Amino acid sequence: MNGRHPLFMPLIFVGGLIFGFGLGFSHMARPEVVLNFLQFEDFGLLFVMGGAAVVTGLAFALVPRLRDRAPLTGDTYGRRLKSFDRNVLIGGSIFGVGWGLSGICPGAAYASLGVGNVTILWAIAGMFAGAYLQGIWRSRRARQETTPAGAD
Amino acid sequence: MGPELFTPTLYETLFPAGISRYAVGGLLVGLGAVVIYLGTGIAAGASTFLESTLSYVSELERFQQYRASRDWRIVFTLGIVAGAFVYALTFQSGLVSSGLYQPGTTGQLREVGGVTLWLTDVQPWRLLLGGLLVGIGTRIGKGCTSGHGVCGVGSASKTSIIGVITFLLVAIVTAQIVMALQVTP
Repeated sequence: MNGRHPLFMPLIFVGGLIFGFGLGFSHMARPEVVLNFLQFEDFGLLFVMGGAAVVTGLAFALVPRLRDRAPLTGDTYGRRLKSFDRNVLIGGSIFGVGWGLSGICPGAAYASLGVGNVTILWAIAGMFAGAYLQGIWRSRRARQETTPAGAD
Repeated sequence: MGPELFTPTLYETLFPAGISRYAVGGLLVGLGAVVIYLGTGIAAGASTFLESTLSYVSELERFQQYRASRDWRIVFTLGIVAGAFVYALTFQSGLVSSGLYQPGTTGQLREVGGVTLWLTDVQPWRLLLGGLLVGIGTRIGKGCTSGHGVCGVGSASKTSIIGVITFLLVAIVTAQIVMALQVTP
């Protein structure tokens, strides 16, 4: 916590609050609504992701031109850029099967808990288990690649 | 954009619940991400929380790499839960209403102490198995619906756009198969 601006945590909380309220208001926190979209019964969900991306797109394009550094961290304003490799396709496909089966993704799952949907704890437990399993697998594989001959 | 731009039947077919609750909700999701970005420069996603929180219980380097951000990611997630609860207290409970908000017809509503809670009808095995695959996929694929879909697409990142197209297409195919197999709810 040393060196963090006193408003850092409150601001993160307020951002999460607005984010979660939006997920509740849009009904994206309801798996049924996501499934209705994926099954072509209600295309409204396009406006949730589209609307959100337009707002962040404007901010990410404009803010770095107006200011150099973020007031609470002193960090320079950048964009969210990640390198491309086949993991994006593999992981995206696994994510897609899970999303299409359950109608739930991480942010929406947290918000679903907030609207009272305790049943969603099944999905959250699954997500933690999945994140844990891939961590184990990938760590083991990375170790095998660096020490090929009979490592543990 | 309103109904008059479409023939009424087409609009009602594509958007049986209208578009305003979706569009307003989406703008707020984006605004929440922007508030954090403005103050901190962080373009946050929701799924790193899974691995960063695992760093409290596992010494694996894969999780420990997120140690520096694990505390604020918990605060972000608690904020999401709290924000959705504020929605439940207001619009979901009918305490506040607006022409921009249309209540839904899905799932079960339950009154507890003056608050209307909403519960899904989707079966637990689907949530658990789907969640497991989401948890694996989002971490291998470098992002989820918020990281790639909101912040990545907002950054015009090619990686994120390819990621979103990938998971969207696969999710549509999966959901269509689930429907064809008559798995419901």
